[in-house]
Amino acid sequence: MSTSSDITEAAARAPRVTDAPPAHGTRLTLRAATLGRPDAPAVTGVDLDVAPGEILTVVGPSGCGKSTLLRTLAGLLAPLDGEADQDGRPLTGPSADRALVFQEDALLPWRTLRANVELPLAIQGLARADRRRQASDWLARVGVGDRSGQLPHRVSGGQRQRAQLARALAGRPRAVLMDEPFGALDAQTRAGMQDLLVEVLHGTGATVVFVTHDVDEALFLGDRVALLGNGRLTAVRDVPRPRDRTARDDPARLALRRDVLSSLGS
Amino acid sequence: MRRRAGAGVVMRRRAGAGLVMRRRAGAGLVGRPLPAAGRYALRMVSLVAALGVWQALTSLDIDLWLRFSQFPTVTDVAHAFADRLAGPDYWTDLTDSLTRILSGFLLAAVLGVATGVLVARSRLAEDLIGPVLEVVRPIPAIALVPVAILLFPSNEQGIVFITFTAAYFPVLVSTRHAVRALTPVWEEAVLTMGGGRWRILGSVVLPGALPGIFGGLSVGIGVSWICVISAEMISGQYGVGYRTWQDYTVVDYPGVFVGMVTIGVLGWLTSTAVELLGRRLTRWLPRTSYDAGGRARNVRAASSAREPKSAASAPKTEEARDEHLV
Repeated sequence: MSTSSDITEAAARAPRVTDAPPAHGTRLTLRAATLGRPDAPAVTGVDLDVAPGEILTVVGPSGCGKSTLLRTLAGLLAPLDGEADQDGRPLTGPSADRALVFQEDALLPWRTLRANVELPLAIQGLARADRRRQASDWLARVGVGDRSGQLPHRVSGGQRQRAQLARALAGRPRAVLMDEPFGALDAQTRAGMQDLLVEVLHGTGATVVFVTHDVDEALFLGDRVALLGNGRLTAVRDVPRPRDRTARDDPARLALRRDVLSSLGS
Repeated sequence: MRRRAGAGVVMRRRAGAGLVMRRRAGAGLVGRPLPAAGRYALRMVSLVAALGVWQALTSLDIDLWLRFSQFPTVTDVAHAFADRLAGPDYWTDLTDSLTRILSGFLLAAVLGVATGVLVARSRLAEDLIGPVLEVVRPIPAIALVPVAILLFPSNEQGIVFITFTAAYFPVLVSTRHAVRALTPVWEEAVLTMGGGRWRILGSVVLPGALPGIFGGLSVGIGVSWICVISAEMISGQYGVGYRTWQDYTVVDYPGVFVGMVTIGVLGWLTSTAVELLGRRLTRWLPRTSYDAGGRARNVRAASSAREPKSAASAPKTEEARDEHLV
């Protein structure tokens, strides 16, 4: 830092990586796709287009194929039929471009929170000092900076999910795929995490696909809500903005909520 | 046969004495776990009591149904031990046996983990080498002595081979189980960070399987000792097992006991080393899952007092992990 005066202007202007301008989001597309395992297709005939930088929430009852949809977008599952594209190119497998956040504890239990967040940075080949600093920055940003030296099982479930979010974002993915990440948290923690997510995502420019079975969570977070049920993608609805937790009695919002609930058949 | 039976009684007496002491100490301390120093003292008492019983039975020439009159006394054995320690052969035997077991065991650790991971992760490897491994596995390592004699130009290599085979299969099997039981999301997480095959091996598979691997290593080091001693008895030149058998053939019973004690101490030291290393490398394991075992031992004590504090129960949980691994 102190030597910045004797390096070129361009280099001096180059921001720290964590302050870098937002990476562009990415467009994820499914066309007439059948998803699942060969012996048990979970969802058929899916047409979905997620615009760069958009937050799409996917809501549906348990076992409706939400996770399958997400794992397909992550590249962990190939579509059984149809196409899965990223920016017009077919997905060929998992990549650091599309980070996945899990409901369960996907942090490596033998690594401290910071070492977990460092992992994607190590995979990208960053120098040790850089990844340490960036990992600490991310953990501070999600509010667990003081726990960074702890092992995952020594912190609360909410703190673990914060660290998982930090780990997913640290790799600067262009899409973040979230599989009921707050599903195991209590209502209070969950609301806090939703606010945090909106705050942290702001400015990353990443495309987000967020899977949940909680309609209110889907309506709060999503720019659009996709409804999944009976092995089909039944509808995609726009959600009125601005995002406001207190505006639940807004008539348009209530109508949308009723509509979503009735489409899900609950 | 008679010698075996005698040793058995000594062992049982030792266990009995230990139990009595433990109960008395526990009652006196009303629910509080013994401090570390107290527990070490107790363990010493257990060993000393066993030696005392041995000395009493043999020096009094007790001849009930079991006959202790021909049995060497503790002092006989101690004298023989002192003589051996002064001579050169004892140390040669010791280092020979240690070299054999360490070479065999380390080889088994490396190859056992490697094949275990391979078989667990690759269907092709499983189909190709799995059947061979399953057929060879039930053969006791010591039954491979003829194979070792045919295969290897020197006895030395044959003994290492047998020691290796003994430890190899426990390590292989534990590794295979541990790798198969890994949580799939760990691997998926690393895949979606852009990690490749080697990254997954180094960052997920090996660290995640380590607790299981050390279970196998603990079993392996024990079986290795059995086999290295037996192999030395059959075909060794030098080595603790060879010496013990030599002493038996010349009816030097105190010498036989010197050998037995040596084997016991060496075995204990090496398995403790494996245990400690394993505990060190798997410190990340959540302790709480072992609490049940740790607490059960003190049920009586705990019921008369308040719940033991978690900090105070730390040594107890370590103990519980011991049993879990072995």
